[in-house]
Amino acid sequence: MKYVKEFRNPSLVKNMIKKIGSDVEREITIMEVCGTHTMSIFKSGIRDLIPSNIKLISGPGCPVCVTSQAYIDTAIELTKRDDVIITTFGDMLKVPGNNSSLQNEKALGRDIRMVYSPLDSLKIAKENPDREVIFLAVGFETTAPAIALSIKIASEENIKNYSILQSIKTMPETMKQLVLDEDIKIDGFLCPGHVSTVIGAKPYEFLANEFEVPAVIAGFESGDIAIGLYTLIEMIKNNTNEVKNVYSRFVKYEGSEKAISSIYEIFEESDAVWRGLGNISGTGLKLKQKYDSFNAETKLGINLLNDKPIKGCICGDILKGKKNPLQCKLFSKVCNPLNPIGACMVSEEGTCAAYYKYKNIG
Amino acid sequence: MCVAVPAEVIEIKENEALVNFGGVKKTVNINLVDDLKIGDYVLLHAGCAMQKVDKEEAEKTLEIFRLLSEND
Ligand code: SF4
Ligand code: SF4
Repeated sequence: MKYVKEFRNPSLVKNMIKKIGSDVEREITIMEVCGTHTMSIFKSGIRDLIPSNIKLISGPGCPVCVTSQAYIDTAIELTKRDDVIITTFGDMLKVPGNNSSLQNEKALGRDIRMVYSPLDSLKIAKENPDREVIFLAVGFETTAPAIALSIKIASEENIKNYSILQSIKTMPETMKQLVLDEDIKIDGFLCPGHVSTVIGAKPYEFLANEFEVPAVIAGFESGDIAIGLYTLIEMIKNNTNEVKNVYSRFVKYEGSEKAISSIYEIFEESDAVWRGLGNISGTGLKLKQKYDSFNAETKLGINLLNDKPIKGCICGDILKGKKNPLQCKLFSKVCNPLNPIGACMVSEEGTCAAYYKYKNIG
Repeated sequence: MCVAVPAEVIEIKENEALVNFGGVKKTVNINLVDDLKIGDYVLLHAGCAMQKVDKEEAEKTLEIFRLLSEND
């Protein structure tokens, strides 16, 4: 495949990996914020090939994993209403709530439909005018434009039975929280690549300028990650604090103007509750007052249930990069992809799922 | 939730395009990208084309890749 294979060239990757951190002695901690990077790092074997003083930790960059327990439980509760159809990205189906999961409820006959796009939810709404179609709107800046588009079309076409249960989150401020956390100590960030296609490189600059943490935006092929890590470690070594973009085939400095303006036409900044990280101001998106008629909570007069964390699951610390899945007592034996206890084991991009898949434990 | 593989645009009609994505064909919304042409490669997310590939920049990155991986 074009723009894939050449960035995976095995002999080039191999040569590059040898250079990564070969001349650093101190311990360096790099966080890859994005779950897709975590997967790719495992898949390419990079984690095992680089020197052991270079620590790669996974961050909160999987939209399914960071969705709060309260949100999942509320979504499950909503499926019990006969006048409601829940539409969702497939990854959300298996996330365990406190008593059930969407998948369980689906098996019990509740009307829950998997979609690839919020635009498909809109289609379902048109086909079922007498029922409320609620899309589980989770995701980051990457997903927000598609959700915004669905609201815009619904508003223009006057579709009255479509709404979203909103939990859209934004990245850069969240990375600041991690930098401020004294227990973590991050020397550099591998920025979320897809989020960056939308927001660009600019919004990360404050991390380098104010907090002296360099960052690199990289793509997802093994070569991209090798270049990204190499570039980042060079900066760390030389005390250079900048944001470098080695994914310029898709990421512009300013991001995508069209995507950004489509988000902010419909949404405005808000607080957001993250699994493990709690409530962080300025890291969420909520519908503007003008579009509040598409907000499932106001429309149905419901409030999110209380957050009840799952016993024994340490997803929270894992999402902050404080612990790794091997430190969870439930990992593998009790919690595995067939029987996930926490959200990080569910999504393909979840840290626990990645460890399970590539560590050959179990 | 995210697909990192670029898909090739093979047909364009109004605000939608048919893309080929490793042999799988899909119709996606193209409202978010400007001046899309047949033969362009786009990154997809949630049923929308998010960004098209900048061919020159792709070449530049490959060049860096080659240079950096040379044995010194
Ligand atoms: S690209 Fe974005 S949404 Fe996808 S896994 Fe990475 S951070 Fe998450
Ligand atoms: S292994 Fe399972 S229970 Fe443990 S932190 Fe991960 S998801 Fe939670």
